[in-house]
Amino acid sequence: MAVVFALWLREVKKYLRSRVQIVASLGGPLMYLGVLGFGLGPVFRRAGEGSYLQFMAPGVIGMAVLFTAMFSGIAMLWDRQFGFLKETLVAPVPRLAIMIGRTLGGATVAVLQGALIFVVTLIAGFRPVSVLAVPLAFFLIALIAVVFAALATAIGSTIKEMQGFQMVMNFLVMPIFFLSAAIYPLQGLPRVLAALTRVDPLTYGVDGMRGLLTGNAHFGVALDVAVLLAVGVVFVAAGAWRFSRIEA
Amino acid sequence: MSDRPIIRVQHIVKSFGAVLAVNDVSFDVRPGEIFAFLGPNGAGKTTTIKMLTTLLRPTTGSLELDGLDVTKHPREVRRRFGVVFQDPSLDSELTAWENMDIHGVLYHVPRHARRERCEVLLRMFELWDRRADLVKTFSGGMKRRLEIARGLLHTPKVLFLDEPTLGLDPQSRNQMWTHVRNLRATEGVTVFLTTHYMDEADRVADRIAVIDHGRLVATGSSAELKTQTGTDSLEAAFLALTGTTIRDESATAADQMRQVARVWRR
Repeated sequence: MAVVFALWLREVKKYLRSRVQIVASLGGPLMYLGVLGFGLGPVFRRAGEGSYLQFMAPGVIGMAVLFTAMFSGIAMLWDRQFGFLKETLVAPVPRLAIMIGRTLGGATVAVLQGALIFVVTLIAGFRPVSVLAVPLAFFLIALIAVVFAALATAIGSTIKEMQGFQMVMNFLVMPIFFLSAAIYPLQGLPRVLAALTRVDPLTYGVDGMRGLLTGNAHFGVALDVAVLLAVGVVFVAAGAWRFSRIEA
Repeated sequence: MSDRPIIRVQHIVKSFGAVLAVNDVSFDVRPGEIFAFLGPNGAGKTTTIKMLTTLLRPTTGSLELDGLDVTKHPREVRRRFGVVFQDPSLDSELTAWENMDIHGVLYHVPRHARRERCEVLLRMFELWDRRADLVKTFSGGMKRRLEIARGLLHTPKVLFLDEPTLGLDPQSRNQMWTHVRNLRATEGVTVFLTTHYMDEADRVADRIAVIDHGRLVATGSSAELKTQTGTDSLEAAFLALTGTTIRDESATAADQMRQVARVWRR
């Protein structure tokens, strides 16, 4: 447990120290919120769907969590390059403890980043339907964070070159975001797109948050949580397996 | 008790596919001695250290550390040694103190003892005043010193140093060896080191083993090696034992090994 905590604390400390990075990583979600939120707002309203900002705020929070969690995998590559990974691999502790500590650290950073964006959406005019739903929404944010931080650990344990990692990230992160219904409703989609959105774990995360914060879930919050839990178990297992196979 | 070798290596072989990196090597290291492992690039030094530190499994042969089978009890063995790898392994985004502290947690050193050991070692290696600074602000010599201090935190019985003075200026190298020699008195630790600098091995090592092409070609004190080869310096003895052919000119031993490992993993 102490090992898990120490490695978790390491990730969180490093995040809190990187002020520039924190501010810079707000850029992407802010642009989506500002440009799409306000730009597409009038069209959305005319289509009779209400406030687009209200609709997409959970999507933008989900996006921030997804991006931060996935890029926590890059820490694995840095640690490999700068040798710290070896320090942990040669220590008399189970690999699983190391993997869990790292992944939870990455997930926590993603939750913090999600919280930051949540505040930004509030400033921009997003109004959750109930204050009581906010803690529950954070439970969903935490689930999303763990799902993608575990996926990132699996990828970071498998790919050793920085370029390869960037490639995989671009081919994964953007599709996961765009297919997640973060920026468009799930109703009435063409069949192929509808099918793709349903295999994207982020869809359920965003849908669950939307259900809690705006009262408009497509699948229902219970199903969303169940799917995220199931995917989380699979990804954590995959991450643990890949991490146990790392050779120094 | 003190007669039993702290490290016992018997007929170890390590092959990466068709490449024999280590070929039937056997030697003993006695408790409390400084043992130098010398050899040209790619001779099998780092591979041997990796096997002794549980990062690689030997293809055949047996390795014992403090009476424990290294391949059968990796976790118990890991508690008993500290290691400073050829490549740095610090977290440069953390402070010196934090690097030490995480190591203490990883090695199950209780909190109170951890604080004490951290202070003693940081003072010993003249890093106490910089304990709250991020490691990325440290010079090469300071980083190396911190790594050695960290490796000693859990009071290991053996300290492995893989080319600890590589890339350091003469002043830092000199200081490093003074520290290493003092360790025997202050920590009672056995030191197993590799280096390319013959004068350094000559100065600090009680016994020396020379490896070449994966085979052990000589073992003994510096004086014994000189007598055996009829030379008057360890450098000359080394060249007499390993020849004067230059090995890999561009890649280092570690690079070469990684490359071999990469190819054979596919």
